[in-house]
Amino acid sequence: MTEVRSYHGQPVLKEPIWTWEIPCYFFSGGLAGASAGLAYLVELRGNKVLGRRAWAISMAGVIASPALLISDLGRPARFLNMLRMFKPTSPMSVGSWILTASGATTSLSAINAWTGLFPTSAKVAKPAAALLGLPLSSYTAALVANTAIPVWHESHRTLPFMFASGAALSAAAAAVATTPPDHAAQARRLALIAALCEGASNEVMRKALGDQAQPYKTGLASHLGDLSRGCAVTGTALLARRGSRSRAAAALAGGLLLAAALGRRWSVFKAGVQGASSPEHVIAPQRQRVDRGEARGAARRQANVSTPEHELASPATSPSA
Amino acid sequence: MKLETHSWPSSYGEEAKPRMGFFTDTSVCIGCKACEVACKEWNQIPMSIQGFTGRSYDNTIDLGANTWRHVAFVEQKLPIDARENGGNLVQTAERAQALDAGLQTYQEGPDGFRWLMASDVCKHCTDAACLEVCPTGALFRTEFGTVVVQEDVCNGCGYCVPACPFGVLDQREEDGRVWKCTLCYDRLKDDKEPACAQACPTNSIQFGELDELRERAEHRLGQLQGAGQEKAQLYLADDDDGISGAGAFFLLLDDPEVYGLPPDPHDTVHDIGAIWGAAAAAAAALGAALAVAVFGGRK
Repeated sequence: MTEVRSYHGQPVLKEPIWTWEIPCYFFSGGLAGASAGLAYLVELRGNKVLGRRAWAISMAGVIASPALLISDLGRPARFLNMLRMFKPTSPMSVGSWILTASGATTSLSAINAWTGLFPTSAKVAKPAAALLGLPLSSYTAALVANTAIPVWHESHRTLPFMFASGAALSAAAAAVATTPPDHAAQARRLALIAALCEGASNEVMRKALGDQAQPYKTGLASHLGDLSRGCAVTGTALLARRGSRSRAAAALAGGLLLAAALGRRWSVFKAGVQGASSPEHVIAPQRQRVDRGEARGAARRQANVSTPEHELASPATSPSA
Repeated sequence: MKLETHSWPSSYGEEAKPRMGFFTDTSVCIGCKACEVACKEWNQIPMSIQGFTGRSYDNTIDLGANTWRHVAFVEQKLPIDARENGGNLVQTAERAQALDAGLQTYQEGPDGFRWLMASDVCKHCTDAACLEVCPTGALFRTEFGTVVVQEDVCNGCGYCVPACPFGVLDQREEDGRVWKCTLCYDRLKDDKEPACAQACPTNSIQFGELDELRERAEHRLGQLQGAGQEKAQLYLADDDDGISGAGAFFLLLDDPEVYGLPPDPHDTVHDIGAIWGAAAAAAAALGAALAVAVFGGRK
C-alpha cells in the first residue's frame, strides 16, 4: 500500500458503536430466516420431523433477534421508533420491517407445526415466513455494506452472498444437530452445499477487495476467519462421513458448523471496526482514485472566477473587516 | 436547481429559507479555539476528555458527540521556501509581493516553518448519508438545508456513525443518543449567526447563504493562488464531488488528508441500488439452494 499522509495518525471515520449483540444478530437473523425457508420446503415434501424442528429453530431465532437488537440500542425504550417510517435508503429500516413480519409469521408457523393450532392462518403464514426468511438472511450484509467503511462498502456485491450462504449453513447445522439422522438427509445436503458456497463466496469477496481486504488479515478479524474456516472444514468432513449414521457425530458436526457461521459474521464485523480505525485503509484508496484521475475528489485548486492580481484584500485582512 | 437536496427546498414550499452554511477559510485561522468554546457554551455540550496529546496544540482530538467544532493543528516545513528547499527566485519574489500587499496566511513565520490550523465541523452534506440511513427519521433536513438530529426521536441505533464519510457523528455514552453540530438551528430560527462564527475573531469561520459564500471562497482562492499559494484548495465547494457538495466547506492550504479530511468522500447511499440488487440476488440464490437441497435427492 502506498504511503499516505494523515492527521497525526488519527482515524478519518468513527468506529461502529455496535457491541457484541450485533454480530450475534447477524447470525441469529440468518439462522431464523434460512430455517423458515428450510422448514417450509421440507414440510412441502412431507418431512414433518425435520420441518417441526426447523420451525422451532426459526422461532428461537426470531425471538432472540429483536432482543439482541433492542439491547444494543443507546435508548432501548425507544425501540418502537424503528417502525416510525419505512426508508429504502436505510437497510436498517427495511430490515426492521422484515424482522417484524418474520417474527409474527414464523411464530405462528412454529406453533402450528407443533400444536396444530391456527390451521387456516398457518396456510398463509408458512409461505410468508419462508419468503421473508430469504431477505432476512441477506439484508444484514446490505446494512453493513451501506456505510463509509471501505472493507464493508467495497464488498457490497459479494457480501450478501456470503451472508446468505452462512445463513443456510447455520440453518442446516442446527437442523442436523437436532434431528434424527434418518430424517435429516435434506439438511445434510443443504449443509454441504452451504459450506461450499460460504467458503467460495468468502474467497471471491477477498479477491474482489484486493488491497482493501487488509482488515481481514489482521487482529481478531483474521483469527476469527481462520477459526471459522477450521470449524467449517472439520464440521463438513465429519458430517459427510458419519452424519448419516451417528446421532452424536451429527450433533458435533452441527455444532462445529454453527460455530463456523457465527465466527464468520464476527470476523466480518471486526474487519469493519478495524477498517474504520485505520486512516490508511480509508485514505489510501481515495487518494489513489484522485491521483490516477479515476475520481475528481472533493478538493480543487483552480478558482472558478479570475481575480485581478492587484485586488489582494481578503475579507479578513481588509481594513473594513 | 443548484445546491438543492432531496428534501430541501421541495418539502418546505413557502417556508423554505435560503440554504445556509459555513465557509471556513483556514488560511486566516489563528488556532484560538474560540469556536470550540463558543459552541460548547451555547449548545451546553458536556465536558470532553481532558489531557495532553502531544499533537501540537490539539488536545481536542476529533469531532464527536461532545465536540462539534474541532481545531486541527499541523506543523510543517514550507516545501517551496527559497532559502532551504531550492525554491526559485520568482516564488520568493511572489511571496514577498503578497506579504507587502497585506495578503498573508497567518500560519507562515519567517523561518520557513508553518502551522496549518483549521476549524473542522459537520459538513451538512447535500447528499447526507447519516440522514439517509437513519431508520427512525431522527436526522432530518431543516428549512435552512442543514442536517440536524432530533434528540427526542433518536434511539441510539448507531447506523449514522459508520455511514458518515467524515467521522462526525458519535454516541454520547452516558446518554445513548448521537449528537452533532446543528449549525445552531435555534439561533438560525432567530436570525442569529451560529455561535462559532460569531466568536471567530479573524473571520476564518464565515456564515451566510451558501451560494454567496461559494462566490466569496472562489475569490479568496484566486487571491491565494495568485500570491503563490499553489496548494491552496477549496474542499467540498462543488456540486460534483461524492457528496454533491457540502453546506460547510473549506479553503485548505494543503491536501485534505493532512487535516484529517478524506480526499474523495462518498455518500454510500449513491450505491444503494447495487447494494439492494446484490442482497436480492443473494436472497434468490438462497431460495434456489434450499430447493435443490430439499428436492434434489432422497427425503
